[in-house]
Formats: sequence, structure tokens, C-alpha cells
Amino acid sequence: MLAVILLAVVAGASLGVHAQSSVTYERLLNAAKEPHNYLTYGGDYSSTRYSTLTQITPANVKSLNLAWVYQAAVTGSWQPTPIVVDGMMFLTQRPNDVIALDATTGKVFWIYRYTNEDVIACCGSNNRGVAVLGEMVYMGTLDGHLVAIDVRSGREVWKTRVADSKEGYSVTVSPLALKDRIVVGVGGGEYGIRGFISAYHAQTGKELWKFYTVPGPGEQGHETWEACPPNSKSYCDPEAWKHGGGSVWVTGSFDPELNLTYWGTGNAGPDYNHEQRPGDNLYTTSVVALDADTGKLRWHYQFTPHDRYDYDSVQVPVLADITWQGAPTKALLWANRNGNFYALDRATGKFLHGKPFVKVNWMNGFDANGRPIQTPQPAGLPTYPGIQGGTNWYSPSYSPRTKLMYVSTWEFNAHIFGGTPAVYESGRGFGGGVNQTFVPTAGDPTRNIPGAPGLPNLRRGPINNWTDAAGNGSIQAIDPVTGDAKWKFRLFDVIDTGIFTTATDLLVTGGREGYLQAFDARTGTLLWKSNLGAQMLNNPITYAVNGKQYIAAAAGLSLFVFALP
Amino acid sequence: MSPYPRRPLLIVLGVTVLLIRIASAQTQNPTLQGHPDDYPRADVEYGARLYAQHCVACHGDTGDGVAGVALRSGKFRNAATDPQLRTVISTGFPNAGMPAFKLDAAELTGVVAYIRNMNTFDASSMKAGNATNGKTVFDGKGACLSCHRVNNTGSRKAPDLSDIGMLRSAGSLERSLRDPSSQMIPINRPVRAVTRDGKVINGRRLNEDTYSVQLTDEEGRLYSLMKSDLREYNVSTKSTMPSYEKELTPDELADVVSYLLSLKGQ
Repeated sequence: MLAVILLAVVAGASLGVHAQSSVTYERLLNAAKEPHNYLTYGGDYSSTRYSTLTQITPANVKSLNLAWVYQAAVTGSWQPTPIVVDGMMFLTQRPNDVIALDATTGKVFWIYRYTNEDVIACCGSNNRGVAVLGEMVYMGTLDGHLVAIDVRSGREVWKTRVADSKEGYSVTVSPLALKDRIVVGVGGGEYGIRGFISAYHAQTGKELWKFYTVPGPGEQGHETWEACPPNSKSYCDPEAWKHGGGSVWVTGSFDPELNLTYWGTGNAGPDYNHEQRPGDNLYTTSVVALDADTGKLRWHYQFTPHDRYDYDSVQVPVLADITWQGAPTKALLWANRNGNFYALDRATGKFLHGKPFVKVNWMNGFDANGRPIQTPQPAGLPTYPGIQGGTNWYSPSYSPRTKLMYVSTWEFNAHIFGGTPAVYESGRGFGGGVNQTFVPTAGDPTRNIPGAPGLPNLRRGPINNWTDAAGNGSIQAIDPVTGDAKWKFRLFDVIDTGIFTTATDLLVTGGREGYLQAFDARTGTLLWKSNLGAQMLNNPITYAVNGKQYIAAAAGLSLFVFALP
Repeated sequence: MSPYPRRPLLIVLGVTVLLIRIASAQTQNPTLQGHPDDYPRADVEYGARLYAQHCVACHGDTGDGVAGVALRSGKFRNAATDPQLRTVISTGFPNAGMPAFKLDAAELTGVVAYIRNMNTFDASSMKAGNATNGKTVFDGKGACLSCHRVNNTGSRKAPDLSDIGMLRSAGSLERSLRDPSSQMIPINRPVRAVTRDGKVINGRRLNEDTYSVQLTDEEGRLYSLMKSDLREYNVSTKSTMPSYEKELTPDELADVVSYLLSLKGQ
């Protein structure tokens, strides 16, 4: 029997890839109906990362074996979510290679290598994966381009410039294929960019629409970039909006019935010296709901008005239908970097409720409109959560079976924040921060231990010398109606791995410690774990080929794929 | 019975050819010694054009424009062999005023071939191929797109040539047109695989290891096969491409080579 027959088809009709190599919009709309494939960054347009595959169960998960490994010939943190289409996997590796491989053996068909120029990228120069539509694969690049690649040959079909990388723009987000277009956002929140989300024609690369996450003069929301107070004692930038941030570096979701696409936006710029940009600074640290056809704003909700903590709202918007106050409600669920879990009405943007899921002291409750009541901490005292937040870009999962939202969290991590004037200069760092990681003393939780190793922000090695005293991770199962955790599994170190759940109530995730681990989604009981030997910085997925279910997860620079014997 | 009945023979043939090639190379050692007779005329001509573009301003028509450097002499202070010459061209001597030239492999082969033949090469005899005409022949009379693909146009049956001008030298391209099998890169050799249930796949390899092979067939469909699942697996050393030696005039051949050299990827 053939090991794999790529893009093999409708019920064994052919050996070839051709018949199914076309991923139509219809297929993307109905992605949940072909669970053997993994067609979009979030699994389907609702971004629940819930799979109806049932071969691997809580009862047999401990029998998983390693099926294959792909080792990337690059260095640095590795964040892509693989895409799987009928036995073929598309993966990116740093900086901007696309690899097409056999999803049952890991053997490579082709590698597309993109040469970046003039890259200015913060925080690891990442790429989070590709989109597929028709017979093309789409990738954003660190130097601010979007490229379309022929699925069969791995050759570039077109390339279009999204933004000028010399000014600090990059495209690290996995694009979203939507109808006949490809939607991306821009990174660069630490370089004083003016963020935007834009759509390009899938066949030609022509720009179709563009939505600025920082509105210009005359546009709705611009008034939240307030004028500098006269005779301000501290540095204030009268044109702060021009480099106001609002980067977009994690993929959005889409509700076809409402024709709305939802995207989270990043911090305001500069990240920390907030006094130089008075006002709420819309639409930074927000969710924006855009008309998918025009890119026009339909509604927004700002999670952290006038952000001063780098609380990017770049989490994946999770679309779930819940019962709210007795009525079926199209909800948007959001565990935010600022430490709060939110449920919004995704048709209107109405705030339903919010509640901290980790220790939070930057705010204390919400007003009647859902605006957080902010409680900035005195100078020198810790703010919870710290810069990396209560969670971050790695994806949560929502199971319609358990009706729970599963989130990878950072608990009890804090920073002592401080700002310094940041004068904008094109292409230069624009953080304006004087921050300190916080490790509380045993007797006084408000006092730092000078020199104690704090939680590493982005990457860790094989030794944990900061211990859980500096903060710990957990996997939480949050009831979206109450915001309460139904269960919580405590981790010694923090976690930047996403989660998927399945129809057998299996939950799979990883962690900084290098364990790929499976839990009972109903109880939080650990069922299986395997030490993959390095920090896991991506979102595991599950898929199937020829009736065999696989689990794929990257640790370090290797993609590990498991299956039952 | 061997699952790959034709393979041992092919391997033997392949080894024989390889041995002959090695023996030939040891005699002529074309790339290391740089004997003028070893350079295909197409490379020399291509190099002459590149020389006129990149080198002549300093080194002059006769190769002695830089004090102490006589390119026609064939003797260089910092480069005895062709690979060393390529390195000199690629890295330059910035302190001495020679910049590094970003030439691709085909261009380096051409420039070196020209430098090695400056003494004898008669520029007036040069068939300066015309890339525009070459494209017309390539797309029309030659019907090359019925098998090949360039910049997302054409068939997927034979290798994509979008960046062939970076990968192959002028001489090799010209020989490819006259005697395709002689220049065929091994990974492009035609493959016929027959699965146990009788499915026949004709194509070429993208990747291979001891136990598996990844193929693209004549329609560009991708296959990943376990060799143990194959009833037959043959790799032919004979190209399916016809010779254009008699199909095209010498001028047309030069034009097509010129066009192919212009394909440097997107």
C-alpha cells in the first residue's frame, strides 16, 4: 500500500494530488467537516482548535508512538502552526522558508526559500505559518511582503509589498484566506509603526482594502489620540498617532453569517512611556470587527485603554455560541494578555462580562460599559501581570462538547514598569521602557529580590534557575459564562504552547519545559506526556491521513509527529 | 525476483559512465587547469558579453588595463585555478579597488571561460544570441512550454526553467539543446514507478532516500511512495527531451541559450 497519496481525494478516487489540491473557499467555510485536514491557522474560521477526530482517545493516548520528525536547519524559536491538506503538510521555518512535506513520513517535496532584505524585526524574527487557497500557499515575510507559492512546484507566483520593512514593518502573522482574498496584518509594535490589516486578491496580489488600527485625522477614533496638555512637564508627542503601534501579528477569525472578520491588535507605541501619547489610543490593544468585503470597521472593543504594559491583544479571537442569560448568543471569547477573560457579543461588540484568570492589579473591575477601572501601581511596585501577560499569542481552544475554553496561562508573573521618553526615529526601537522583572521576597510580596533571575520573556534553555517563585504556568479550563476556572493544571514553569481539544475530550498542549502532554479535557487529569527536549513555542495540531490520526508539535527546532501503533 | 529488475543494470551503467567521466576529467581537468580548449564556446561568448558589461571599464579590452594584471597571460598572482578565479571575482580586492561582483554560477563560468580564452577569442565571430528572439523560438517553434514551465506558464512535465540562467552555464545549456541526455541532472532523470496494485506513475524525483521517494508526475501531481510498496521502480538516464540540433538553426540555438541565460528567477 502506498504510504501516502497526497491530496488524495474524495474517497479513494485517485492517487494524485491534482483532484483535491484546490482548497476552495467552500472547503474553508466547511473546514470542520473534513477534520482529517487542518486548513487554517485556527483549524477553521471560528478558531476553536477543536477537532472531531476520534481515533486517539483518553484511553489509548498513552500508546502514542513517534511517527516521524522534521528537523529545521535553522536556529531560533519556532512558532508555525502546520497546515495539512489531504496528506500534504505546509510548514514554515525561519526566516521565511515554506516546506511542503508528506504528512505521514515527513519527507520533503519542496522548499521555497525567500530572501529577506532590510529586516527590522523584534523578538525573534518569527513566522507563524501559511494560508492555503486554491492551488496556492501564502506566506508573509519579515521584510514586509506577502508571497503566493504554487502548491505543486513550490515556485513563487506573485509577491506584493505590504509595508516598508525599513520603517520596522514585518509580516509574521499566518495569513487568513477569506473568499477570494488573503488578509494579513503587520508587526512592528516596538518600532513605532502605524498598524493595519489589509486584504489582497488571491490571484494577483492586488490590494483590496486596508484598515488602519490607528485612525488618522478625520477618522472615527482619532480623537482618542488626544492633544498634548499645554506646558506638559513630561515629554509629549503631538503626532503620536503617526507611530502609534497597533500591530497585528496573530491571525483573525471570521463569522460568515455576519460577514465579519475579527482581529486583535497590539500595544500602543511607544510600549511603556504612555505619557507621551495621551488618550485611549484606539484601536490599540483592541479587537476590531471588520466587514470582510470592505475592511470597514463595524465595531471594536478596547481591552486595555491607554495601555502602558505592552498588553498586546493579539490572541486568537475564538468564536463560540454560548447561552448568555438564558439566550443563545454568538459570542467572542477572549483570554487576554492583560489577565482578564472576556465574553463579547460578536454581532455587536457588546461587553458581556470579564474576569481575571490570573493575578491582576492594573485594574479592579469594570464599569457598566465594560471599561476596566484602572489602578496603576505606585512607582517601584510590581504590576500583575507582567510584560508577557496572563497569556499571549499561543492559541487557546474551545470545546463545544465540554463548553469550556482552554487557556495556557502565566500566573503570578509581574514587572516593575517605568517609562522614559521615546523620540520616534524611523526604523529604530520605540519602546520607551525602563522595566524590571519581579521576583518577590519570601516575606514581602511587594518587594523585589535584587539580581534574582526572573522569568525569561521569550526563550529558555534546559535549566530553570528562576523557579516558580518568579511565576508559574497553568492550563485552565474556563467556563465562558462565569469566567471561572472549572479546573486548573499547575505547571512549574510558564507556558507558550497552544492547545487543541478533540471530540474524545482529549486536550493536548506543551510547555516551556519541553513536554508534549495530553489531558482529560473534562477533569484536567494528566493522561500522557513525552519529553521532546526543548521549549515548545507553537500550536500543536491533529490531523489524519488514510484513516490514521496524527498529533504534530514543534519543540526546539524539530517538529515531532505522533500516532498510535 | 528483484522488486527493481532494471535497477542493477542502470547502476552498473551509471558507475561505468562515472568512471569514464572521472578518467576523462583526470586527463583534462578542465575546471582546475583552465585549458582554453576545455571551455564551451557558448560560455566564452556569454563571458565576453559579461566582461564587456562588468570588467572592461577597469581591465580594458585587452585585459591589461590594471597595472600588474594581464588577464590574457593566464597567470594571476592570486588565482591559479578556475575555482580561485571565481573566488577572486566574487570577493574582489576591496582594498586594491576591485569590488566584489555578485555574479551567479552561470555568469562566473562564463567570465572565467572568457578570461581563459581572451588570447584567441575573436569577438567579431561571436554569435551574440538575442534573448528576445530566443523567447520567441522557445515559446513558438521550439514548443518548449509544452514540457517546461517558465514563470508560472507552461507545462509541468519537465523541470521548471524560471531560474535556469542562474543554475546552468551557457555551454551546458547549449549542449542541453543539442544532446539533452548528456546534460540532464540526475534528479531530473525520468522515473517510472509501478505500485503493487498496478498504478503507473511516470515523472521525476523531487527527493529520495533509502526507503522512500517523492515524485512529481507529468501533470505536476506530487507522490510520496515507500519503495517496498512498489512493484517496479526504474530510473532512466535517457532524457525524454528531443535534440534541437537539427530543429533549430545555429542562430536560433544561440538565441534560445541567450534567453535561457536571462531566466534568473523572480
